[in-house]
Amino acid sequence: MTAASTNNVTVPVDDRLDKLDIDKKTPLWRRIPIIKELHVAVGWQKGMLITGLVLTAFFLLVAIFAPMIAPYGYAQLKDSNGVSFPAQAAPSSEHVWGTTAGGYDVFSRVVWGARTAVIAIVVAVLLSIFAGVLLGLVSGYFGGWIDRVLVMVADAVYSFPSLLLAILMAIMISHGQSGLWSGIFASGISITVVYIPQYFRTIRAEVIRIKESAYVESARVVGASTWRIMTKHLFKNSTRTLPVILTLNSSEAILTLAGLGFLGFGIEPTAAAEWGYDLNRSVSDVTAGIWWTAVFPGIAIVLIVLGITLVGESLNDLADPRLRTRKSAGEVVGAIEDTSVDPNGKPGARNEVMAELAAARNPMGALDDPVTVTDYDPSFIASEWGSKEGE
Amino acid sequence: MSEIGNGNLAEIKDLSVSFMTDAGSIKAIDGISFEIPRKKVIGVVGESGSGKSVTARSIIKLLPETATTSGVIYLSNRAGSEKLDVLSLSGEQLREMRGSEAAMVFQEPNSVLNPVYTIGWQIEEGLRAHGMKDKKELRAKAVDILKKVGIPDAETRVDYYPHQFSGGQKQRIVIAMALVLNPGLILADEPTTALDVTVQAEILDLLRLARDEFNASVLIITHNMGVIADIADEVVVMYRGHVVEQGDVEQIFYSPKDDYTKRLLGAVPRIGQRLVVRDDEGKVIERKKDWREQPVAVEAKGLTITYPGHLMQPDFTAVDGIDFTIHRSEVLGLVGESGSGKSTTGRAIAGLQKVSGGSLNVLGIEMNGVRERTFKPKRADIGFVFQDPGSSFNPLMTIAENVAEPLIVHGKYSSVADARHYVGDLLEMVQLPRAYMKRFPHELSGGQRQRASLARALALKPSLLIADEPTSALDVSVQAKVLELFKKLQVDIGFACLFITHDLAVVDMLADRIMVMHKGKIVEHGEADQIMQHPQNPYTQKLLASLPVPDPREQREHREHLHELLAAQQ
Amino acid sequence: MTQSATVAQPKAKRNKLSSGFFRFVLTRFLLIIPTVFILVTIVFFVMRATGDPISAALGGRLTPEELQKRIHAAGYDRPLIVQYLDYLGGLLHGDLGTTLTDNQKVITILTRYGAATFELAFLALIVALVVGIGLGRIAARRRDRAADAGIRTFAILCYATPVFFLGLILKLIFAIWLNVLPASGRSSLGSEMEFSRLVSPTGFYIIDALQLGDMNVLVDVLRHAVLPALALGLLTAGVFIRLVRTNVISTYTSGYIEAARSRGVSEKRLLNKHAWKPALIPIITVMGMQIALMLAGAVLTETTFEWKGLGFMLSQYLKARDFVAVQGIVILIAIIVAVVNFIVDVIAALVDPRVRY
Repeated sequence: MTAASTNNVTVPVDDRLDKLDIDKKTPLWRRIPIIKELHVAVGWQKGMLITGLVLTAFFLLVAIFAPMIAPYGYAQLKDSNGVSFPAQAAPSSEHVWGTTAGGYDVFSRVVWGARTAVIAIVVAVLLSIFAGVLLGLVSGYFGGWIDRVLVMVADAVYSFPSLLLAILMAIMISHGQSGLWSGIFASGISITVVYIPQYFRTIRAEVIRIKESAYVESARVVGASTWRIMTKHLFKNSTRTLPVILTLNSSEAILTLAGLGFLGFGIEPTAAAEWGYDLNRSVSDVTAGIWWTAVFPGIAIVLIVLGITLVGESLNDLADPRLRTRKSAGEVVGAIEDTSVDPNGKPGARNEVMAELAAARNPMGALDDPVTVTDYDPSFIASEWGSKEGE
Repeated sequence: MSEIGNGNLAEIKDLSVSFMTDAGSIKAIDGISFEIPRKKVIGVVGESGSGKSVTARSIIKLLPETATTSGVIYLSNRAGSEKLDVLSLSGEQLREMRGSEAAMVFQEPNSVLNPVYTIGWQIEEGLRAHGMKDKKELRAKAVDILKKVGIPDAETRVDYYPHQFSGGQKQRIVIAMALVLNPGLILADEPTTALDVTVQAEILDLLRLARDEFNASVLIITHNMGVIADIADEVVVMYRGHVVEQGDVEQIFYSPKDDYTKRLLGAVPRIGQRLVVRDDEGKVIERKKDWREQPVAVEAKGLTITYPGHLMQPDFTAVDGIDFTIHRSEVLGLVGESGSGKSTTGRAIAGLQKVSGGSLNVLGIEMNGVRERTFKPKRADIGFVFQDPGSSFNPLMTIAENVAEPLIVHGKYSSVADARHYVGDLLEMVQLPRAYMKRFPHELSGGQRQRASLARALALKPSLLIADEPTSALDVSVQAKVLELFKKLQVDIGFACLFITHDLAVVDMLADRIMVMHKGKIVEHGEADQIMQHPQNPYTQKLLASLPVPDPREQREHREHLHELLAAQQ
Repeated sequence: MTQSATVAQPKAKRNKLSSGFFRFVLTRFLLIIPTVFILVTIVFFVMRATGDPISAALGGRLTPEELQKRIHAAGYDRPLIVQYLDYLGGLLHGDLGTTLTDNQKVITILTRYGAATFELAFLALIVALVVGIGLGRIAARRRDRAADAGIRTFAILCYATPVFFLGLILKLIFAIWLNVLPASGRSSLGSEMEFSRLVSPTGFYIIDALQLGDMNVLVDVLRHAVLPALALGLLTAGVFIRLVRTNVISTYTSGYIEAARSRGVSEKRLLNKHAWKPALIPIITVMGMQIALMLAGAVLTETTFEWKGLGFMLSQYLKARDFVAVQGIVILIAIIVAVVNFIVDVIAALVDPRVRY
């Protein structure tokens, strides 16, 4: 360093940072979201994550290859010779999981059902992310009366049972009668509308938090336009928790779709195979002791929701340092490094502005808000430890 | 009586602690040894990452599950009849030892008090844990200890919840919780770091009381040499997990042996010490023009800023009708404690905070009722350095992208790639290697980030810079470097500067003039030397007297002075 | 330390609520009005966006002329905004319209079938609270051990199983294969006969059975309630387990727990007292929301078990495309949701001294 100085202001030389091997990047594949989490997870958490991923992948494959896997079509009532399928036949070599009261092949309907479920999730999740994220960004950044109105509407809708809302939407979109693909889209859009408030709330909360961070303030000081702040700073940083909500909501979307089907508001059997509808038909079968029409589509729902939920929960745990399983202490491999006792501790220095704002906004004293999702980046701590306060 | 030699209360022998992290195992302390004598205050001093906190926590084995330890810690009980091998304790024995033999006082009183229980219940909880059952007795003890630590009206306030107390009172309560168990050793981990300097003095008095009246030893962990000079009898200096030097306080301050100790002492800012910077040839760099003859850059008249009240609460006035001016190429120091309104003032100048009343003229623009469109061109002429180096950069953008932001926003360059060369120059200007452009913010240390922050603020060569506590999150040695750089750049570029800080010694090093702010008002305003040597306002006097001097002998007199002053002011 | 004399303080001081608390309750109460208003508005316009209820219910069964006559008589040919204001006015008087399929006042349906739904929701809530809080706390205490993993898997299974599928499975096992519990309905025919003798039936069968004082009726009613309550309760229990576990763990890792531990407080007490009460505040808030969601679960559960409550009726009216009835039931649920959330927020505030004082 070139600066000459007086006052004996010299400090211990610390070359750790220069030695810090930053050029040795983590391999790209390891930085893909889920792979990164897989690497961090240990013990039970890893087991849960892997189980979830396997189940989810399985259903995705079934959905993609449904025409090859299913022996019959979802609406097929006769075999290739034109002979009608028997109704309510027990599992046999012809119909491995039996047939329904309407004479459909249960196995084929369950396989085709995976496709319907996956399409509905994709439609629902994509639409609700798009609308929710946009509204959340705008509402959180600008505040004011738009924000207040949107929050109130979102809160009202959020507190309302999602299934009932989906029923209303289904009535509006298809007036309760579902045609071919319109059925899937009606369900998808119904589910979308129900979940917009969730994305909206999450993104808005993140935006409000990030809005007060020093880097957004510094962009404002510099005179960056609103558009630039939104796209460059807020968008990417506020959507980091999205994968967690996304997976958890996909599983809720399936349950809602099945609920709609069960109430007779889903997709007609001739349009597509839908597990909820099949379960609706099987209610009377169960009373007669016919189990196969209910058990197989039911288990399909349980497994796909289980798979997605396991992935979502694991991601959530890994994102929250307080919920994360720690690797236990083992052999010491590192040299002496800078540490403080709590590796997840917040920076000690309190921002005075925040203190003043807190005093102004909440005269009753600072509440330690219970946070459930944080913007915690697992890779952050590792590198922070290697480089903290070296000068 | 004691099995521990020399009548020491505790002995730490060859202690090592390591933690398991995602990045592998990391050693926090490596083979340290020292003793804690009875009835003494031991100061453990070191910068962040020196392992001082881990040391204190090891004494009561309060370490996360990811920690592994080796070595021994002996702790004798109060009566000196028994010697505990702390690291080998577990379960019930460990629980019994915690609190009754050694108790801990933490840094952040806000987070260590349970918000949903009364403070009385929480004090009693410690006693209950050690076998006291009688309800009346428990309550009597709680009230008694609250009185001893100086909580007024203790009989009533024992039933209050933590949020009903101020920060300083909360720390007193935390100390009361430790003292009520009558342990032989109090472990105080940065007990005053989160507090204002006037409150710090009171808390240090209280810890002396723990030694003198409760006959306890106090192990105080701090990064502040002033605190050490004020309270410690013995000093342990730690650096990167090692004890580099230990001895009594006079020896450490007046004849330090280790180089690190010497450098650390050299880096501590002191009142009355001007920062002098020299160029490569060793010539002192001075400003060419006298700031007094320069035009005014910022002028406030009756500036008032209020925050709207929440839920039918009255508005909160953060800044209450203040007047000041900043000349071009002047450094104006703005000093105040938390909540004084100093940051709000800085934010208003930068157009981050709406002005509610009075007039604020920034570089010829009236900020009261200003429109962003009018002000935007002027923004190129204003730089801002934020306090927290951790959050002042967008974590998903590289240093180059972050530093280049003002250049791109004001159209000086069309893209980051275009600005690359100039950004490299900027980094060199703040003494960072060009190669750091490619790094992400978290790959830089706090001090480095703060320098990069300076580079960003100065990218457009502004004529006005607002620095909001730019060094308060940094270690002293790092702080010294950043301040020096700051001074050099100020001389070179000649920007006007509002330097906001709570640290009188830092502001004295840099500022031409100083304003002291208290509860939204400016209580004193004048030439830096004048204010530091002959403060007129009682609040300024108290502030100056509360600041511990990093010199044990001088501090003794200084403390007397504070006590006289406080007695006189009452 | 010296035993200094201290005066014992009167306990009464601790129970004084601040004006801030009452202000909180008042503002929170007033918030119900816009919430209900927003929901009513959404429900009304969504239901009516694509047509009038008469064409939906009776279209195809009547001639176009006759249909037109009915529509005109019911006022569905007026501008939508006029109908909306009319509906709002009716709502203020407790008038939610008349069903199209069986020509009944919607409000009578609500009073007749409401009790059944409340009874089911109440029993399910007990199941959910017992299972959810109990297992959730165990999971938090045994964090990352086998017990925790087992409980979490159970919770996710509860949550992943659609309530109607769980209902069908329970029915299949206990009612069909083992034949130990009834498959559907709220009581057997015999009990219904008994109930008809009551002068003032409450509609809550358990209370009615107690009124009758007939043990057999009570047992019969309870036997009918087991499976539906279990199905609905377990669904919610899954969410509760997760909620309790997460919040207890996050308060358990906070600074004040560490501080209490440093003073020698035992782990058991830390978990059961020091961490539990602060964790309770977010738990109560989210639980309130879940109770609201339970009502949606009730629709599916009642349909599965032919439990004649609001949910069952809702699905019947949905099948019949009687949207006047559907609208009425949905709006009632909206009001219940808003009120339950209000009550829950007040309870949470009572636990939190920062709001209380």
